Amino acid sequence: MSATTNYSMAAGWRLPNVWDLVAFVCVIGALVGVSHVAAGTLTRIDAPGATQITLDPMNLPAYAVRTTLRMFAALAASLLFTFTYGTAAAKSRRAALVLVPVLDVLQSVPILGFLTFTVVFFMNLFPGQVLGLELAAIFAIFTSQAWNMAFSMYQSLKTVPADLYEASISFHLTSWQRFWKLEVPFATPGLVWNTMMSMSGGWFFVVASEAVAVGDNTWKLPGIGSYVALALEEKDIVAVGWAILAMLVVILAYDQLLFRPLVAWSAKFRFETTAGATASDPWMLRLMRRTRLLQFIGERVGDMAAYIGGLRLSFTGRVRSMTSPEPSKAVDAAWIAILLALVSIAAWRVVLFASRAISWADVGEAVGLGLITLLRVVVLMILASLIWVPIGVWLGLRPVWARRAQPIAQFLAAFPANLLFPPFVLFIVYFHLSPDVWLTPLMVLGTQWYILFNVVAGAAAFPGDLKEAAANFRIGGFLWWRKVIIPGIFPYYVTGAITASGGSWNAAIVAEVASWGDTKLQAHGLGAYIADATDKGDMARVVLGVVVMSTFVVLFNRLLWRPMYAYAQRRLTLG
Amino acid sequence: MDTAVTTRPCLIDVKGCRQAYHKDANADLVVLDDVNLTLHEGEIVALLGRSGSGKSTLLRIVSGLLKPTAGEVTWRGKPVSGPTDGVAMVFQSFALFPWLTVQENVEIGLEARGVHRSEREKRAETAIDMIGLGGFENAYPKELSGGMRQRVGLARALVVHPDLLLMDEPFSALDVLTAETLRTDLIDLWMDGKLPVKSVLMVTHNIEEAVLMCDRILVFSSNPGRVATELKVPFPHPRNRLDPDFRQLVDDIYGIMTRRPPAGPKAATAAPVSPLAMPLHRVGTNIMSGLMETLAAEPYNGRADLPALANSLQYEVDDLLPLGETLQLFRFAVLEEGDILLTDLGRTYVEGDTDQRKKLFSEALRLYVPLANMIRQVLDERWNHRASAVRFRDELEDHMSPDYAADTLRTLIGWGRYAELFSYDEEAEQFGLEDIE
Repeated sequence: MSATTNYSMAAGWRLPNVWDLVAFVCVIGALVGVSHVAAGTLTRIDAPGATQITLDPMNLPAYAVRTTLRMFAALAASLLFTFTYGTAAAKSRRAALVLVPVLDVLQSVPILGFLTFTVVFFMNLFPGQVLGLELAAIFAIFTSQAWNMAFSMYQSLKTVPADLYEASISFHLTSWQRFWKLEVPFATPGLVWNTMMSMSGGWFFVVASEAVAVGDNTWKLPGIGSYVALALEEKDIVAVGWAILAMLVVILAYDQLLFRPLVAWSAKFRFETTAGATASDPWMLRLMRRTRLLQFIGERVGDMAAYIGGLRLSFTGRVRSMTSPEPSKAVDAAWIAILLALVSIAAWRVVLFASRAISWADVGEAVGLGLITLLRVVVLMILASLIWVPIGVWLGLRPVWARRAQPIAQFLAAFPANLLFPPFVLFIVYFHLSPDVWLTPLMVLGTQWYILFNVVAGAAAFPGDLKEAAANFRIGGFLWWRKVIIPGIFPYYVTGAITASGGSWNAAIVAEVASWGDTKLQAHGLGAYIADATDKGDMARVVLGVVVMSTFVVLFNRLLWRPMYAYAQRRLTLG
Repeated sequence: MDTAVTTRPCLIDVKGCRQAYHKDANADLVVLDDVNLTLHEGEIVALLGRSGSGKSTLLRIVSGLLKPTAGEVTWRGKPVSGPTDGVAMVFQSFALFPWLTVQENVEIGLEARGVHRSEREKRAETAIDMIGLGGFENAYPKELSGGMRQRVGLARALVVHPDLLLMDEPFSALDVLTAETLRTDLIDLWMDGKLPVKSVLMVTHNIEEAVLMCDRILVFSSNPGRVATELKVPFPHPRNRLDPDFRQLVDDIYGIMTRRPPAGPKAATAAPVSPLAMPLHRVGTNIMSGLMETLAAEPYNGRADLPALANSLQYEVDDLLPLGETLQLFRFAVLEEGDILLTDLGRTYVEGDTDQRKKLFSEALRLYVPLANMIRQVLDERWNHRASAVRFRDELEDHMSPDYAADTLRTLIGWGRYAELFSYDEEAEQFGLEDIE
């Protein structure tokens, strides 16, 4: 054995105190940050400094902390929602009847349009307090995070392997124990991945939700989003630059400190018995496993979780056998009757509301604008595909490049594109370009990366033997693209394109209207329509716009992406 | 027959071929070393060897998919650069495009050559019918059984009328009966002169398959891959597996493959070999015990003929030889000219109970696997009795490819745990002495 290998061992184990110190400082810092924010949250809204912000970059770290904590508060709410809603949908056949379609529609509704009204709602809950505003912002972020997490949970619970389920029953685990010992671990990898994706999506909403105007009042919660809004009003491009930098640091920090370790850790719950590609542990996970203090805390938390999960609670009485009795037809009928009644009442209310405030001309206008936005989305998806598919394939087929490109593309997808709007707006204003054309790329600015990183993943996973077969039969040029690589990456491409197009619809609300100081750029489209109605406080038009947009998104998904995805799964997957 | 073959035109000629993967800061990992191969028209040749002997690498070099580090490859007298036109390959994993139908898969090679559509369809139809796929034209590979999939792979290769057909373990992913049907179908077509190919080169680790199908067998030795022996198979087709001469040849080849590599002049010139430069086969302790118990019992009574043993256990050479060699390493058994003999130590092991077995195994492990002993020593010396696995893997990687190093370490972890020589914490990647008295 050589002397060189001994040193690292000694450093790793003889001096755990250094790591302990690092961890200690981190923990104390986090506590101080949280208490500071808590103090800010509980003040009155008209207290000095409560809703005013300055463009001094020195304040940015504090703003960044507040924004990040909002994100995590929303994440906690999303997890709670996931564990209740997702579980209920998976466990109860009758509940699933309602919960699953509702979730599907919620996914497609651009909540951004409702921001004004949720703010009013939460401010009325806590009159005169910052807490109301905070909750409204957190709610907005929550709506961007929760749906796909709940779906992931639902799908995992629906696909728990039958043999493990049988084993848990034969060992008399109660439903509570089974949930924590089998179902949650099984759902963990998917949930962690979706949480990470949700966190990325949330940033987009943070920027939009921290500075809200209701009627004549504009409130700016201290945070990066408000900072950007102020910078835009005051035409301060340097401040925008600072905000982008702060955001980069925050995203990098939670990616490294939280999600890399979580993803690596969750790999142990993966069900496949074949050993996958094992990447080396991220440094944070190593730190946690090697630091005595963190290890101790982790073990205590683990013990406690194991204790709670091990309680012999049961919600369904005695442990039942697999073959549950025939579901009662009468109860089913009653349940459906109740649902029908509720739907009828809701429909009646909608009709009443609409007939008073909305004319058919309004509907026509909204649909017409929707078609314009649809055209934008379609053109953007085609352009983004033409650009990123060849690049993604090129990168993906070169393992070294794929490894480098993948995290960068993921990072870019996580980056809130609305922060990058100001330079574009400046560009359009300066050159007097048509907003109808030149605001369009903003819709895809943040979402195109989903196409790129999925295509890279697809090309990287393209089987080596098929590559060899293509080379051996000398398949090249256009034939290679048509018959070899495009079908090979198609399932990945569709996954990326679904995310990208959904995101683009949502982005339309902020991308079709952009401002720089007093200059306001507006394109024709449904997004601008909703944004405009929101500004004017015109509830009826906001609802109309949002409904039309949701319909477009749902139809787009059902008529284009779903069939494509099903085809890809059926025909183009290997094995 | 030999003279007849050698006077025929030469298809491929490989001279002094060497394939090495560069590894930073250390000596290159040599996969193939000084391999020569000449292939003439009208013969079926097998490259026979254990996994890791570089035979598949040689096949890829011949096909032009891989460029050798050194040596020259000529195709009909011209140097090979890139995939050769007259060569078509059949893959172990079939390598069918899942999104193309049988017909489209078969046509793809013709399409790449720009063959006109009607001509393409006609030739594909002929190939599909010849290989027994008629009626399956519109099926997707997913809908087919393994045997049918490999027929598609064969048809796809044959339809381009290659001069040389390369087959990379074409039957090893199939079950025994299916594989046998495909073999005989292929040989029948070859004997009837219906195969539109001039010559066949196949890679296999199945000795009987090579003797059944081929005119010439090149036996490879491992680490690095070299041609150990070249044999001619003098039997006419159709061959009978039960023919005594056939059995004898199979026995001989087993003997060749179990022979220890001669400590020739190479060893003298090489740098002193570290005790760590010993790749371990991935053989579990249960299967070792199982084989020893089988050997000790009737009808073997301590001595078995390897081909017979392989037949009765449904094992391939690739399963049986690593197992035998591992037992030999621990001195539980000895390999002798195609036979395996249980030693006295092996007998004691079989007769012992769990604790005694573990004790014997532990002793053997420390004696004959230097790395195991070294890990235990390091653990004993450390104040906290822990040591990172990474450093041992790094040291192994100085002597073998990263894959072998990972395999070797994994095997050793399993053995060490069974012997209760050390414990291992997978998450921290650390060896330790917890729960070890």
